[in-house]
Amino acid sequence: MNLTLHVWRQPNAAAKGRMVTYQAKDINPDMSFLEMLDVVNEGLINKGEEPIAFDNDCREGICGTCGFMINGIAHGPLPKTTVCQLHMRHFKDGDELYLEPWRARAFPVVKDLVVDRSAFDRIIANGGYISISAGSAQDGNNILVPKQFADRAMDSAQCIGCGACVAACPNASAALFTGAKIHHLAMLPQGQPERKKRAVRMVAQANTELFGSCTNIGECEAVCPKGIQLEVIAAMNRDFLRATWSERREPVASD
Amino acid sequence: MQLDPRVPSGPIEKAWDNYKFEMKLVNPANKRKYNIIVVGSGLAGASAAATMAELGYNVKCFCFQDSPRRAHSIAAQGGINAAKNYQNDGDSIFRLFYDTVKGGDFRAREPNVYRLAQISVNIIDQCVAQGVPFAREYGGTLANRSFGGAQVSRTFYARGQTGQQLLLGAYQALERQVDAGKVEMIPRTEMLDLVVIDGKARGIVTRNLITGKIESHIADAVVLGTGGYGNVYYLSTNAKGSNATAIWRAYKRGALFANPCFTQIHPTCIPVSGNYQSKLTLMSESLRNDGRIWVPKKQHDKRTPAEIPEAERDYYLERRYPSFGNLVPRDVASRNAKAVCDEGRGVGESGLGVYLDFSDAIQRLGKKTIEERYGNLFEMYERITGENPYELPMRIYPAIHYTMGGLWVDYQLMSTIPGLFVIGEANFSDHGANRLGASALMQGLSDGYFVLPYTIGNYLASTKLERIDTGLPEFRAAEMGVEQMTKTLLSIRGNRTVSSFHRELGKIVWEYCGMSRTAPGLEQAIEKIASLREEFWNNVNVLGNGEEMNQSLENAGRVADFFELAELMCRDALDRNESCGGHFREEYQTPEGEALRNDANYSYVAAWEYAGQNQTPVLHKEPLTFDYVHPSQRSYK
Repeated sequence: MNLTLHVWRQPNAAAKGRMVTYQAKDINPDMSFLEMLDVVNEGLINKGEEPIAFDNDCREGICGTCGFMINGIAHGPLPKTTVCQLHMRHFKDGDELYLEPWRARAFPVVKDLVVDRSAFDRIIANGGYISISAGSAQDGNNILVPKQFADRAMDSAQCIGCGACVAACPNASAALFTGAKIHHLAMLPQGQPERKKRAVRMVAQANTELFGSCTNIGECEAVCPKGIQLEVIAAMNRDFLRATWSERREPVASD
Repeated sequence: MQLDPRVPSGPIEKAWDNYKFEMKLVNPANKRKYNIIVVGSGLAGASAAATMAELGYNVKCFCFQDSPRRAHSIAAQGGINAAKNYQNDGDSIFRLFYDTVKGGDFRAREPNVYRLAQISVNIIDQCVAQGVPFAREYGGTLANRSFGGAQVSRTFYARGQTGQQLLLGAYQALERQVDAGKVEMIPRTEMLDLVVIDGKARGIVTRNLITGKIESHIADAVVLGTGGYGNVYYLSTNAKGSNATAIWRAYKRGALFANPCFTQIHPTCIPVSGNYQSKLTLMSESLRNDGRIWVPKKQHDKRTPAEIPEAERDYYLERRYPSFGNLVPRDVASRNAKAVCDEGRGVGESGLGVYLDFSDAIQRLGKKTIEERYGNLFEMYERITGENPYELPMRIYPAIHYTMGGLWVDYQLMSTIPGLFVIGEANFSDHGANRLGASALMQGLSDGYFVLPYTIGNYLASTKLERIDTGLPEFRAAEMGVEQMTKTLLSIRGNRTVSSFHRELGKIVWEYCGMSRTAPGLEQAIEKIASLREEFWNNVNVLGNGEEMNQSLENAGRVADFFELAELMCRDALDRNESCGGHFREEYQTPEGEALRNDANYSYVAAWEYAGQNQTPVLHKEPLTFDYVHPSQRSYK
């Protein structure tokens, strides 16, 4: 199959970007989307043109490194699928595809389709953990965790931190990402001691990073490759609200 | 050079405890005076960086990915072993130790393995306390399953994403220390050289992958947790970015490289579908718990699986290994798959595949149970192949998955360069010639949470470290070397892409130093690698410049190192005139086609010393002794 690609090219963060058109020829339907780009890039290099930069690593849909917009949809048209796991059999010969990086103020473009998602790391650094140093743990079976709680914690813990939720959100909100971690840890007895403080700190950090507010649109859930559900945002809001009247110590930054 | 593994004496059960007591401690108030560099942020690197920061050391942690959470540990699916004996099925520390030594085909160091088995129980406790959502029983206790090659249920898991959850646990612990100001996390930065001053590892030279800036960093000790070198094969289950550059450059600075030919082929991967293939995807071998492996009895049978009646199917693992059946260790399962495909009984278009069939399990347990156990794996399979494994049997084929070899370390995880520690898959230490399933996560976390934080203290407390700065000639020389290599790669402007070289190199290594090896084949491979390497340095085309993000340039440096490492792998495989674990030399097999070890002559760790560019490396041997698990031929019949 043959495709026409319009790809965002931007040499670095400071430069101005633009869409450039490329032809992807003789594409095998069993290729993954990134393998298709590999083929395009090999062709570009052989012509003496610089290849398209895109982030990728495991190519198994679990590391969260890859991701860009395909025709305006984060990770492309297949639900619950990262671009590395999206195969060309889901496209038609002659398709015209627009590839753009995640667009959000908190995710500045590094080059072409590569963005800087370090804001996510900073959100986790602000309380997205349980404070337990190596060596001080008790036996793993001492605290029983009902299966349904462990399962729900796991549902949220599956987040791969790819940033699709932010890219899809008209407000560029990180609520699904932040909520997933808050919900994961709130579901477990081990997460209780720091539960409220965690919610306040993480939400405040998301604001500081200039992610937008959540207005319950649901685009994030629709594109999430791991199927993280909107309820984590409700859970986050619940913990945040409770904490703001019972636990709040520091002011919450608004921008 | 005399290799001193510094193994403890006395009874093995007490060895680590005694050792911990004998090691020197760094006064709590002095810990903050030490700077430690950790390269890599996978299970080993992240857990080590976090734990050392908890103790009070100043840590700088580097990774080439955009975030430490991306490290390839994240892709581990099946689980992590621990000798908890929660299932009351006869497990114990000694049994885990025994299984690991035996599974490694008697090519691992006994005291290391025993320590690993001991620590396994602490890892689970630590991870549970961090909030890792392990699978649970309805009563709230931790669930276990049995896993490739084990006859007890000692594997803890979080659906099919155990590596992800353990890594996120370690990553969160790491971010907690970033928050506390004890870890400086430096992502999108690649280590390109090790700096050795007065014989001690004192720093590294890195390249910032966004700006291209070459920088020096000083330290009192350097820790490499940079993973394995499976990508030497081009097609492997490793992430695209996984590379051997850090350990290879350390090797060239004097660290010995041990057992490079011990590579593991994972039996359950999705078969190659075309020459554009960029990587192989592993399906957790936990699938072998419920799936039954078979091929048609007839050669070149082109019927669909449904059309092949029961009587014309060959469940070859169940037939040949009645007591272990589909759960034989990885190397055995892989070799058997290759054997039936070589006989012309492989399935799928390429004939390089065998069926992994769940229809019996679905009938016995119901679709819902199977979905609960393997749902995400089935989804992944369908996404990649376009086939539904609930209805059609999966097709699987072996692929390179893990490398048991790595930098040589002593019992303290220190390499032959004082102050250079190597942890996780990057070292060679615990798995011998073959790693058992669910043991990689265990080793990475054992090294990072519970071994290195003690042993590094002993090194720091007993070593006099001069004050240094990055202006020293050693740093300048290393920086210039890195800059020179970058310039050279950018100036060749030949006719072939980096990937095309990598692909060709991978084919050579897979063909001659993969699932089975022969002396003439290996000799041929060494020649082929050398000539391809020469072509690479004359004909590779790396565009762009070194002062910006340049993915071809990053890749070119890594592939350049893979060329040299591939040659060393072949030399090691050629030197080892026996078959053991993942190393199968066709000349050395039993009449039934099983691996034939030669304990009299090869019961040693082969540690190779770099002797200079284009010089034959020097082999050093660390003899192995077995006081607790007596070497026997592995039998899974």
